[in-house]
Amino acid sequence: MALKIVKGSIDRMFDKNLQDLVRGIRNHKEDEAKYISTCIDEIKQELKQDNIAVKANAVCKLTYLQMLGYDVSWAAFNIVEVMSSSKFTYKRIGYLAASQCFHESTDVIMLTTNQIRKDLSSPNQYDTGVALTGLSCFVTPDLARDLANDIMTLMSHTKPYIRKKAVLIMYKVFLKYPESLRPAFPRLKEKLEDPDPGVQSAAVNVICELARRNPKNYLSLAPLFFKLMTSSTNNWVLIKIIKLFGALTPLEPRLGKKLIEPLTNLIHSTSAMSLLYECVNTVIAVLISLSSGMPNHSASIQLCVQKLRILIEDSDQNLKYLGLLAMSKILKTHPKSVQSHKDLILQCLDDKDESIRLRALDLLYGMVSKKNLMEIVKKLMLHVDKAEGTTYRDELLTKIIDICSQSNYQYITNFEWYISILVELTRLEGTRHGHLIASQMLDVAIRVKAIRAFAVAQMATLLDNAHLLTGNTQRNGICEVLYAAAWICGEFSEHLENPMQTLEAMLRPKVATLPGHIQAVYVQNAAKLFATVLRSQEGNTEGTAAQETSQLMIDRLPLFVQSANLEVQERASCILQLVKYIQKLQQKDVEVAEEVNALFAGELNPVAPKAQKKVPVPEGLDLDAWINEPPSESESEDEKPKAIFAKEEPKHSRPRHTEVDEKELARRREARKQEQANNPFYIKASPSSQKVYQDAPGVEHIPVVQIDLSVPLKVPGLPMSDQYVKLEEERRQKERAEKKKKEKKKRKEKRSGRGKKHDSGPESEEDITPAHMVDIVTEEMPENALPSDDDDKDPNDPHKALDIDLDKPLADSEKLPVRSHRPTEAPKSPAEDGDTESAAPQEPKKKSSKEKKEKKKDKEKDRKKSKEEKKKKKHKHEEGEDLLGGQPDEPAVQSEETNEVAAPPTSTSAEVSDLDFWLSNAPVPSNSQEAATVAAAAAPVPQEASGTAPDSEPDEPKDTETEETKSSKHKKKKQKKEKEEKEKKKKKKHHHHHHHSDGGGDESVQNGTVEEEEEPLPPMSNYCLLAENSYIKMMMEDADQVCDIQGNLQDGSQVVVSVIFENKCDSFLKSMEFNVLDSLNSKLQRPEGAGPHDGLTVPFQLPPGVSNEARFVFTVQSIVMPQKLKGTLTFIVKNEDSSTHEKLDFKLHFTCTSYLITTPCYSDAFAKLLESGDLKCSSVRLEGVNMPFHHLLARICFHHHFSVVERIDSCASMYSRSIQGHHVCLLVKTADQTVSIDAKCDEPSLLGNVLDEIKQTFSQC
Amino acid sequence: MIKAILIFNNHGKPRLSKFYEHYSEDTEQQIIRETFHLVSKRDENVCNFLEGGMLIGGSDNKLIYRHYATLYFVFCVDSSESELGILDLIQVFVETLDKCFENVCELDLIFHVDKAGIAGAPARAVSAVKNMNLPEMPRNINIGDISIKVPNLPSFK
Repeated sequence: MALKIVKGSIDRMFDKNLQDLVRGIRNHKEDEAKYISTCIDEIKQELKQDNIAVKANAVCKLTYLQMLGYDVSWAAFNIVEVMSSSKFTYKRIGYLAASQCFHESTDVIMLTTNQIRKDLSSPNQYDTGVALTGLSCFVTPDLARDLANDIMTLMSHTKPYIRKKAVLIMYKVFLKYPESLRPAFPRLKEKLEDPDPGVQSAAVNVICELARRNPKNYLSLAPLFFKLMTSSTNNWVLIKIIKLFGALTPLEPRLGKKLIEPLTNLIHSTSAMSLLYECVNTVIAVLISLSSGMPNHSASIQLCVQKLRILIEDSDQNLKYLGLLAMSKILKTHPKSVQSHKDLILQCLDDKDESIRLRALDLLYGMVSKKNLMEIVKKLMLHVDKAEGTTYRDELLTKIIDICSQSNYQYITNFEWYISILVELTRLEGTRHGHLIASQMLDVAIRVKAIRAFAVAQMATLLDNAHLLTGNTQRNGICEVLYAAAWICGEFSEHLENPMQTLEAMLRPKVATLPGHIQAVYVQNAAKLFATVLRSQEGNTEGTAAQETSQLMIDRLPLFVQSANLEVQERASCILQLVKYIQKLQQKDVEVAEEVNALFAGELNPVAPKAQKKVPVPEGLDLDAWINEPPSESESEDEKPKAIFAKEEPKHSRPRHTEVDEKELARRREARKQEQANNPFYIKASPSSQKVYQDAPGVEHIPVVQIDLSVPLKVPGLPMSDQYVKLEEERRQKERAEKKKKEKKKRKEKRSGRGKKHDSGPESEEDITPAHMVDIVTEEMPENALPSDDDDKDPNDPHKALDIDLDKPLADSEKLPVRSHRPTEAPKSPAEDGDTESAAPQEPKKKSSKEKKEKKKDKEKDRKKSKEEKKKKKHKHEEGEDLLGGQPDEPAVQSEETNEVAAPPTSTSAEVSDLDFWLSNAPVPSNSQEAATVAAAAAPVPQEASGTAPDSEPDEPKDTETEETKSSKHKKKKQKKEKEEKEKKKKKKHHHHHHHSDGGGDESVQNGTVEEEEEPLPPMSNYCLLAENSYIKMMMEDADQVCDIQGNLQDGSQVVVSVIFENKCDSFLKSMEFNVLDSLNSKLQRPEGAGPHDGLTVPFQLPPGVSNEARFVFTVQSIVMPQKLKGTLTFIVKNEDSSTHEKLDFKLHFTCTSYLITTPCYSDAFAKLLESGDLKCSSVRLEGVNMPFHHLLARICFHHHFSVVERIDSCASMYSRSIQGHHVCLLVKTADQTVSIDAKCDEPSLLGNVLDEIKQTFSQC
Repeated sequence: MIKAILIFNNHGKPRLSKFYEHYSEDTEQQIIRETFHLVSKRDENVCNFLEGGMLIGGSDNKLIYRHYATLYFVFCVDSSESELGILDLIQVFVETLDKCFENVCELDLIFHVDKAGIAGAPARAVSAVKNMNLPEMPRNINIGDISIKVPNLPSFK
């Protein structure tokens, strides 16, 4: 045995390791494949050994080979073996290999589930880390489902290293297992505020990635992100958030408005180019989303454009590129502001960097006008000549055509110029876009009638020089042009100077080398030409010439008859027979020209795609009428409309046809003729103007032999487009002169009393009139073609499944699957569950509708006081409802053993209205972190303010119940008050778990509140008397700031009290100071250096009608007794002319239940706890409790922060824990309206107080 | 999100590759070849962005690369990434590699690639910054013959 081991390790010495493999591959450059295949054989041997070290080494080598492109999937099982090694070095190799070569269809993955789970929960953080990173690469839906819960637990790991990874991998889990998104989202959201910046940015990344795909679901996070944006200094995070806002703004323009200011500030302040660039990008997105109706953002646009210009002018090519990229986004909505930078963009066209030139080209598209089109295209043509790579040249070519043809040739004033540009483009070698040029030629020739003669002449030259284009048949991209040339020459052959010559050119034997479809066009159009030639020849000379032409056809066509292409063959043989027949007739001296021409008679006009629809319905045709009367029962109904239509129809159509057609048209024609006569540049059918260009040498002079393909081809005789640029210039000058003349004329006309109807047309709009009119309807989409947004959405897109509403409360079923052998613990009694679930969907609706109503009401200007009060009451009701039933509880996973994963969603409508509220606040204090909070709280309407501001949402500590009691018995005010407080406190306390944004929880004490409807409390009345119109309202809630309950007891002695200050008077309140008389037990935490009696300055001022919230931290020594603290608030009321110093007394009340924290407990742990005997016992009986047992439990859970451990019939055990770690156990039994509660706790006085408070809770109802 | 990270030398030999989407081995090699052809044609002083990584995903994607001595570092990213950010990231990545292998030279690397060192630092530097599973990448043991000299680039832009 020992020998075997020794032998094994000796063998290992001869094994190759990775370095040897790499070295070996480098040494076998010639026969690498062979070397590797021997290596793979060795690896296979190694994998068969038992020694894990050998296996790991082999897997390591395989990973390298995989990267080189070798399939290693056969070793998948061995990889799993290495992954499960207990030694980290091997495990790491295994996971690496897995991450490189496992994918969804790897079947061994299902074997890894348990191994991965084990690694995830390993005490060694590196094991966990390696498992997480590996898993991220090969997670499958199954793995995601099985492990989601484990990973979610890791999101709260103590090590940031693990938390970070866990957060990141959740994204992959969401993709594979979308059901996990909702349960996990609250936790993810929490991580946005993680103390570790790495974890925080990981969370930002994940949410940004999610939100990018389904932005609307994440709109409610906007305030949170806004806060992060204004507070974060990490550029990476900022960039992500800003990008995210870019995706959100199109959905919510108000968000855009809010963003502009902080973004502009960032633009001004940041030194990081990347951040600056992203800010500019998002501002652009905002501007696009606002583009209509927000004229006053021109400053922002200017800023953006100006910053972009700086980027573009930078010597760094990357910045230049990005600048152009962003510029093109602005171009879409604000072309004007970009156009002023034309110089810069044209300059970029000369850049040596292709990417930059391409970007600049994109921009050019939007910058052309009638004036500068020729200039720009000329510049581009120069680039075409210079361009080296074919891709760039092709890009240029398409851009030139795009630019020229955009919006129905809007910017082209001279089509002769355009045709010559197209012809020049045919000189491009090896372009792929011959087809594009061809279609442009066809389009222009067909649609611009005036240009046909010129176009035909150009095409004839092209055909003559076809050999230049096709010289090398394989460069066939451009020969598409011949297709257009042949067709144009054939179709418009009457414009040909020398049709015979063209006919010959078209029948050259070389044509047979062209692609089939081009040959077919050649053959067909040769026939058309033949017809034209015949006519001219028959007309003026004797028959021999015509016969010679026929002979030419008969000689040349057989070449095409033999063509392999069916189309060519068919046409050729058909035409050949025709010509033969003609020849026969000619020999008999029959004049055939007319008849042959009749074959091709009629003009081909461009047809608009919608033309069919516009065919008028012939008179007397009723398309709605039945052809055959249907055997219907409702004959009478049918007849009525019929009669109506029959009478009305002709009346509609008549006037259109008759009157317009005759008088009006004649008049218009006359006017048009007049106009054309006035315009010397209108090109008429007689080709006088083009003769100039036809003087160039003809075909005979072309030296056919010297074709050098490496040299760019120049087709002799083709006019250069430059000529036309000059001509066009001249034309425009003349035009201007003409215009002046016309104006004079016009004046004369005016004097003579004539209308200026036709003259004032285009000239007044544009300085330059086009030389030719484009006579076509613009292309339209068929009417029934709906713009479909879903077109670009890939049905397989994994993000589609993640389109989940995250604001909806979690349903019970939406829990992550938990391994079955771990006991699942319900955090609350099923009864309460049911309660909250059923309440949840209803309450928010109510609330939102009420709120709407209220908003409406608020708008009413006459707000009587009584009304206001009512409203206020209503509002309180709502709040109460919200607290009671609106939100299911979150049993925050506080201990590691807890596997619970319910979530704390806030109710949809509340969220939405919060967002609305947040957005509706225009002013944004740009200073630091409080921006969001302050903005939120600075509400226009006092009553709304405290209720709807996101941060202060839970602050209004009211509930239905209390409200009722109050209104019914407010005589016993003083006594009641304490109860209320307790009640509220409890509720608030409970509420705490829902609101992470609040940084923990809130417990409410309402004290010193001025209730308008009710008698003011003694200290309050004092105040009221002091200042009759200044009427301040304070609402308090205190929150146990218990950060981490497990063992973190030093933090457990802190309580945070949130106070809302609401200004109810018309004056400005400022210099508020909050002070509390410390007791031995509870102390207000003051800043260092402050004396024990100094007050705390409230960090804001209150304009009239505004409320805001401040938080104060107290330290509490002992929690076993309820506490009362006296305090005062001093402030200055500032009127227009005076300011007074005011004071308000109040009492803070901390109950014992407020120190309790809902903590889930397992029944076995609970049993152990009870058995331990450390707990003191106490009990209480409640008489006359008339409510169902589950309601009772729900109340205890809700108000006193207990959780149900077990429930059997009318008996339940409950558990809670204090912030200082005292256990509190309850056994609740009920029988006939009597409830008995047996309680155990290790701190008897705490227990006693808690029981008292419970008793009070129930005595109130 | 980052779609792929490719490192290859001046001759197009892959030195490290990580795809965050699954492709067959052949496709991966083809992508590397194609990317190499796109990237290697470009001058030193042109911008570092390339559009249209044909094989990797759609038009949303960009190639962002840097060239250090004999190696190209190419990141294929989609539009959710900041271009300049990724350039900085590459720089961070290379600097970290340099730290891991002090005074990097080819042989040094070959003998130390699979040491845990390479896994740690870059992973942390990178993952703090980036999305998904990046941490995995630097652990990749198959850097063949890196010989990089990290130039002193201008600081964070």
